[in-house]
Amino acid sequence: MSAQPTLLQGFGAVVRRDLLLAFKRPGDMLNPLFFFAMVSTLFPLAIGPASEQLIAIGPGVVWVAALLSALLSLNGLYLGDLEDGSLDQIVLSPQPLPLLALGKTAAHWLVSGLPLVIVSPVVAVSYQMPAGTIGVMMVTLTLGTISLSLLGSVGAALTVGLNRGTALLSLLVLPLAMPVLIFGARTVSLAAADDAVAAGIYFLAAYCVLALSFAPFAAAAALRISND
Amino acid sequence: MWTFFHKLASPPHVYRIAAAFVPWFAVIGVALIGYGTIAGLFFAPPDYQQGDAFRIIYVHVPAAYLSLLAYSIMAIAAGIGLIWRMKLAHAVAAATAPLGAWFTFLALATGSIWGRPMWGTWWEWGDPRLTSELIMLFLYIGYMALRSAIDDIGKADKASAVLALVGAINVPIIHFSVEWWSSLHQGPTLIREGGPAIEAAMLYPLLANIFGFTLLFGALVLMRVRTEVLQRERRSRWVRNMILGDPA
Repeated sequence: MSAQPTLLQGFGAVVRRDLLLAFKRPGDMLNPLFFFAMVSTLFPLAIGPASEQLIAIGPGVVWVAALLSALLSLNGLYLGDLEDGSLDQIVLSPQPLPLLALGKTAAHWLVSGLPLVIVSPVVAVSYQMPAGTIGVMMVTLTLGTISLSLLGSVGAALTVGLNRGTALLSLLVLPLAMPVLIFGARTVSLAAADDAVAAGIYFLAAYCVLALSFAPFAAAAALRISND
Repeated sequence: MWTFFHKLASPPHVYRIAAAFVPWFAVIGVALIGYGTIAGLFFAPPDYQQGDAFRIIYVHVPAAYLSLLAYSIMAIAAGIGLIWRMKLAHAVAAATAPLGAWFTFLALATGSIWGRPMWGTWWEWGDPRLTSELIMLFLYIGYMALRSAIDDIGKADKASAVLALVGAINVPIIHFSVEWWSSLHQGPTLIREGGPAIEAAMLYPLLANIFGFTLLFGALVLMRVRTEVLQRERRSRWVRNMILGDPA
């Protein structure tokens, strides 16, 4: 009897495959990052260079830009797999589908969410945010982008293969993502005002754990429906 | 008892039952709304602080309450449809969504009309209820957009049901987060009608309108469910027999 791959091996295989695919096409990976940088540039151009204004809007801008660029890359989460038929294989595989969906989401976060977190201090510095807040911002962005990837994986699974997918995906995911935006941006603002930030970080962590426990199952159910 | 439930899975049965309920709901609902509106607009005393402006609650409160009720009904129906594969439950969810969206819009519109003289602004971001109601409207819009984007009705049912359930888990979180967010603003004092103490002459018309709106909503849902059933069953024998006047 040939040995069945374990759960961890199945999960690892999906993550490895998606990372490999992403690194073969670095352009797709970099585009959301450039988008993030450009959206952050738009605000000072539109509002003006007065530094007290920039300091006030900085946390919000970073968060809105992160949210939008996370959305931008979500559309492709299952699209490539649908087009080349590997989505069928994933759905049919003996491994539990929620686990594989989680694997794909993890890979998506590694190539789209994590780079945003790493680049965000540059934007923060350009908005003259105090140095002490940058750590808080990176923590909240880490938790927030994980939640966004998880929420987005449900939306992407629901809309995969639909014609007007991108706009629809934003309509579905944005309202669900608003708590993350509220807590993320508020917490960074509080940090900038030297206020207590623990509550916001705890909330984001709780939301992240909740999404981690439910979203893979919802995404799996959605994939089964879409791939009927 | 159980036969009643099992019969609910049969489209022709529901089609008939719904028809029997619609006139009752509609007539009693309209009568209650008539009493509530006339008594509320003309006979209830003006509020000592807000004057006559408070009278918008006779539309606003029922609409806001129904926007939440409709979402719960939609999510529960969607869950039933997913779990027990009951197509009629999906029809109920599909029928409820546009009504829920409309009541949400009505609650927002009346709220902002009331806000203009009371807060001096059409829109107040500092009020958590306004903001979470707005996000509620977005949830409805997303649900309807997803449903209309999928051509296959069975697929549309199931996909939108997943979305409705994910949204239902999120509704309390959204509400809580918006409240937390706005409590940090040095916002204007949020006056709502005097708390639990409200005079009977003001209260009874309000209650009548709440029940009346609910019944009217029920009648509208049932009418829409009938249309949904007809549309979904248009190729079936009982619909053809009914239309052609042939006894089944």
